[in-house]
Amino acid sequence: MSEIVIDKSGWLNLQINGKPVQMPPGSTVMEAAQEIKEFIPHFCYHKKLSLAASCRMCLVQVEKFPKPVPACATPVSEGMKVWTRSEIALAAQQSVMEFLLINHPLDCPICDQGGECQLQDMAVGYGKGTSQYRENKRVVPGKEMGPLVSAAEMSRCIQCTRCVRFGDEIAGQMELGMIYRGDRAQITPFINDTVESELSGNMIDLCPVGALTSKPFRYQARTWELSRRKSVSPHDALGANLIVQLRRNQVVRVQPLENEAVNECWLSDRDRFSYEALNSEARLTKPLVKKDGVLIEADWQEALPLAAARLKNIMERDGCESLGVLISPHATLEEATLLSRLMRALGCDNIDHRLRQQDFSHAFQPSQVPWLGMPIADVSKLKAALFVGSFLRHDQPLLAARVRQAARRGAVISSLHSMPSDWMLPLAHEKVVAPSQVASALAALVVAAHREAKVEQTLPTALQGITPSVADAAMVRSLLNTPERSAIFLGSFAQQHSEAALLHTLAQRLAEYTKVTFGVLPEAANSVGAALAGAQPQKNGLNARAMLEQPRKAYVLLHTEVPFDVAQGSTARAAMEQADFVLSLSPFRPSEESALPDIVLPIAPFTETSGTFINMEGRAQSFYGVAPPLGETRPGWRVIAALAGLLGQPFTEMEPDEVRASCVPSADSVTARLSNRIDSVLSTLPQAAEKTIERVAGVPIYHADPLVRRATSLQCTPLAASPKAAMNAALAARLGLVKGRMVRITQGKNATEALLFWVCDDRLPTNTVRFDMAHPLTAGFDVCGEFHLEAAS
Amino acid sequence: MTAFLDYGSDAVLMARLTGDNWRIEDYVARGGYEALKAILTAGTPPDQVLAEIKLSALRGRGGAGFPTGMKWGFMPRGAPEKYVVCNADEGEPGTFKDRDILRFNPHSVIEGMAIAAYVMGCACGYIYIHGEIWDVYERCEEAIEEARAAGVIGQRIMGSDFSFELFNHHGFGAYICGEETALLESLEGKKGQSRYKPPFPANVGLYGKPTTINNVETLACVPLILRNGGQWFLDLGRPNAGGTKIFSVSGDVERPGNYELRLGAPFAKLLEMAGGVRGGRKLKAVIPGGSSSPVLPGAIMMETDLDYDSIAKAGSMMGSGAVIVMDETRCMVRSLMRLSEFYHEESCGQCTPCREGTGWLAHIIHRIEHGEGRPGDVDALDRVAHNIMGRTICALGDAAAMPVRSFVKHFRDEFEYHIEHHRCQVADHV
Amino acid sequence: MPLSAVACQKIDKAIAKYPVGRKQSAVMAALTIVQEERGWLSPESLREVAEYLGMPPVAVYEVASFYTMYHLKPVGRYVLTLCTNLPCSLQGSDVAARHLQETLKIGWNETTPDGMFTLLQGECMGACQEAPVMLTGHQRMCCKMMPPQIDALLAQLRDEAAQKERQE
Repeated sequence: MSEIVIDKSGWLNLQINGKPVQMPPGSTVMEAAQEIKEFIPHFCYHKKLSLAASCRMCLVQVEKFPKPVPACATPVSEGMKVWTRSEIALAAQQSVMEFLLINHPLDCPICDQGGECQLQDMAVGYGKGTSQYRENKRVVPGKEMGPLVSAAEMSRCIQCTRCVRFGDEIAGQMELGMIYRGDRAQITPFINDTVESELSGNMIDLCPVGALTSKPFRYQARTWELSRRKSVSPHDALGANLIVQLRRNQVVRVQPLENEAVNECWLSDRDRFSYEALNSEARLTKPLVKKDGVLIEADWQEALPLAAARLKNIMERDGCESLGVLISPHATLEEATLLSRLMRALGCDNIDHRLRQQDFSHAFQPSQVPWLGMPIADVSKLKAALFVGSFLRHDQPLLAARVRQAARRGAVISSLHSMPSDWMLPLAHEKVVAPSQVASALAALVVAAHREAKVEQTLPTALQGITPSVADAAMVRSLLNTPERSAIFLGSFAQQHSEAALLHTLAQRLAEYTKVTFGVLPEAANSVGAALAGAQPQKNGLNARAMLEQPRKAYVLLHTEVPFDVAQGSTARAAMEQADFVLSLSPFRPSEESALPDIVLPIAPFTETSGTFINMEGRAQSFYGVAPPLGETRPGWRVIAALAGLLGQPFTEMEPDEVRASCVPSADSVTARLSNRIDSVLSTLPQAAEKTIERVAGVPIYHADPLVRRATSLQCTPLAASPKAAMNAALAARLGLVKGRMVRITQGKNATEALLFWVCDDRLPTNTVRFDMAHPLTAGFDVCGEFHLEAAS
Repeated sequence: MTAFLDYGSDAVLMARLTGDNWRIEDYVARGGYEALKAILTAGTPPDQVLAEIKLSALRGRGGAGFPTGMKWGFMPRGAPEKYVVCNADEGEPGTFKDRDILRFNPHSVIEGMAIAAYVMGCACGYIYIHGEIWDVYERCEEAIEEARAAGVIGQRIMGSDFSFELFNHHGFGAYICGEETALLESLEGKKGQSRYKPPFPANVGLYGKPTTINNVETLACVPLILRNGGQWFLDLGRPNAGGTKIFSVSGDVERPGNYELRLGAPFAKLLEMAGGVRGGRKLKAVIPGGSSSPVLPGAIMMETDLDYDSIAKAGSMMGSGAVIVMDETRCMVRSLMRLSEFYHEESCGQCTPCREGTGWLAHIIHRIEHGEGRPGDVDALDRVAHNIMGRTICALGDAAAMPVRSFVKHFRDEFEYHIEHHRCQVADHV
Repeated sequence: MPLSAVACQKIDKAIAKYPVGRKQSAVMAALTIVQEERGWLSPESLREVAEYLGMPPVAVYEVASFYTMYHLKPVGRYVLTLCTNLPCSLQGSDVAARHLQETLKIGWNETTPDGMFTLLQGECMGACQEAPVMLTGHQRMCCKMMPPQIDALLAQLRDEAAQKERQE
């Protein structure tokens, strides 16, 4: 690595407490002080938020200034001399501290923030032992903000407005405000509203006092009782860094571990609150074995040899191809690698982790791994981006926050999708078309790019004759302004589309013509890792869809729940039911709606095993177990190793570090394999289908994986609510739907049925209905299959 | 014979006003819009107009007294979107001059704004009008309609290349919006919370664009200056403070009202114009520049001239020129309580010393007034006020603190008496 | 209840005062217009204004709760706001206040049982030469309001209300 050389010409020289420091113009005294580790007390200042300069705690003395000035908002200048602990500065800081405390309840002993309270800490450092305040303290009524954030103790609020600014600036939705004025000012959501942002938990971290606290964590433990360990979030492909906090070996809280390159100082609520599932009733403590159609607890000594024997029998009887292996992209790299190795050693290549994909006709090389196409941190610096078929805010909430930052700085963000966006950021261009029209809409952009960028190479025959609109041209031009800082991303909807390969090819072509980065937004924490691990067919094995459509005699499921984690809910359930044997490796008892496996081996969730996730930018992030396995749960890699032994394919690696060393590829070899490029010819575009009703299905943020589906508080939020069928007024009228009535959706020979409430959204394309997958009400449907809609009687 | 409103013999700004002759034709008959017309017809370079304003030594009439020409000079040249805003959010207790200008002579402000916009290259302006004077807002709406119809604002004014659109914005009850950056926030449709400076509005103002905010009276002076010359205006007042000033006299005088005087006139003259202290009582105290300025004992005030420097020397400030007169029967604790309640009510709540301090002060004074004072309260008042001063985002903190410190300084014995005897000293004396 | 056509028309006129894309600047005007029509600003009213101007509802709530002339609770037919600041108090507002409270038999921030009057304490209205100053309905400024003037005004407002009722 070459050292980064910073050109410091034009930087300004100043002194803080006599220490010299050099800062670029436009910096503040606060930033300069942080540069040389001179601490200046503050509350409202936060490096990621706009300046309020309102708490006045950071008042410092500056030479030639008649009054103390706030360090956070005072720009540095050449020759400036700052004192942060002079008599003038200290007097100002102490008086501000006194003002802050006069109305603050002195109930630290019963406050949840006690021990990690910035006000408490600074009161010790800057406060006086006594106050002359003899008046009554202000009482502020608590607020109901929903199941995650507790605002029961608003008398503690010091009106720093960090939470308000966070909502407006980072989460993109101003859900909190400060109402009234003077010392009556209160932080509150709108009347009778709660906080619904998927990033709301960050407000708890930002709150410098005990006003906003974690509702699930409330009164669970005092901060000094907690042990803190590093880990990595097992949900989306960002791989947010965590500090997992335990009390008596139980995870009771999760907070962000700051990593500027990955999650900055944020966590999504999914990252933060899913830990509740770890302690839930749904956790298995012993293996389960099906007896007379019922799953009954069993010993490992019974379950493991039985599982091995059943697999062995079927392989001996029907051949190795009669097995199908579905590996969750949320499984660790080690688990995915070892299970893939084992199955290949047994001669089975029917392995896949792309469980929600429907089209596998991409001309990918077996070793090739699709990825973000750029470092995560660079997303914040984009000047323009086009997202093709992305549920950005639900799939990658913190990446959405970075895109929002870019947009705030003026980036031109566009979307092509079958859904209107709800990204809480200003979209410059948005094209909403029915699923069957996405390819032609994208093709029009390719043609527009060909024209606008004056590409010399001739347009593929398949695209000739397409006339792009003015809007198409405008969208493309936004990418052409600064191509080196622009990108096109394929979201989960595009990747799970029935024409995914075509969309990939078109998007790639668009990126080539506009010379921008082409990225794929991987679905899960270890999607990239699973691909690197070879958890997909390497030779002639069946992919995830084929494995289900051509039923196998036996299935091995790793962290995979059927039907929730697959696109073919109905087909998959049928496949499981007809199989002779289904082995599931999972931390959880199968839910009521899932197809019952024959044996469930309880394996550790991410907190109870060492492991590695490789995120969307190809960053391998290893972690250790932070808690002992619950009951008789065992780390997944160890169970797979034991199974391998019983199946006559023993691994040599027996210790966590050995396993890691053998599974985690070197950074160079990862880089070499990351590529989105496919070489395929653009053949003719498919003709748009007949005007049947089409479906758009996203994965709801709190139903995306087995862990989050069992996180109790998250399940109480509006984002986890039952899916509704959304359609425009014309379609609703055609179906004869009236307000308040439900819609009945049925599908196919397995008579899958759902009754859903419907909502009217006129931004949806004609003949398109959205109802999400992965929810108990809808998981049973095949996403790509035909379905029937009618008004429920 | 038309009866003119009597603003005194020095009046130039408020001269020849009857209360009814506010319409554009009346204003034109008084020589109105001549200055704008002259500039636009001759194509006078903006810098030349600015030089005249600088020569006049016109200083801001809203309270801070900042030289207007210099303020206009801060506006960046060439920026495509710039604004001029008239601060008509007159809410400083004791101040009621802008209301008279706007209702009796609104076109003087419109013309002043058009000229200011010409000098600074602004294509759009707003008049931010105090919430409680709805009738004045309606009159300003009418006046702007008249001006638009007459072609003195709008596109390509008087056939020149200069275009200027002007609108009224009606406030709705917040003293803080008289602070220029709070006013801008309010104009943007937010709470009136002051912005931290820097950046200053001349660089980052309304909608983030360069903006200059001037008081009503300041802008009303502009046409006069250009019609009669900067030197003429300068000669009306003092060397570093040209012109006349409207003083709003309220409280214990025979004839409360607005009086226009040359800057530097003695206070005694103003008091005399207002008919002297009501009922022939003795003058006890005067707040010379609006409720935020330090109170002065009557004796000191009687020796003081009415201009920026003289009042400053006496220990207070000229402020908005609102003179609140209190006679010997007035309790200083009770008077201060009303003011402190006001600042407590009006603090916007964003910055700590003001949010917490104004409440603290009001509580203590309330206790003292209601016979629940405690030893040490007077020192506490002074200390709390001291701790607010100079540590807040905007001037409201100082505005709340200065009355407290000055009342305590000049009338400490009354406060002590209240605390010791749980009742008022004045009642015993009068 | 959606905003009335008249209200929308007025709000549109207010929006037109500000540059394109700066609709939020019209929020104070919009709230004033809706309050004038409905007497006070209910949560639904705030939400409707927010929707009309494309603002987060809580941002509208901030504005409506910051400026004292908006009512977030129902008020009487006539809102009487008496200035009690120092200049008014020096010129008799204490007497006026006592008279109002005794006559109407209500305190500050209260409404007469017949729903006719709500009494509010106001801050400086910028008309101290005519103290004590009182606003009715936030629009009409009544000057030099000593007890006789107050009695006359109350009688006049009651007449006005009775007349209107008869008309309806």
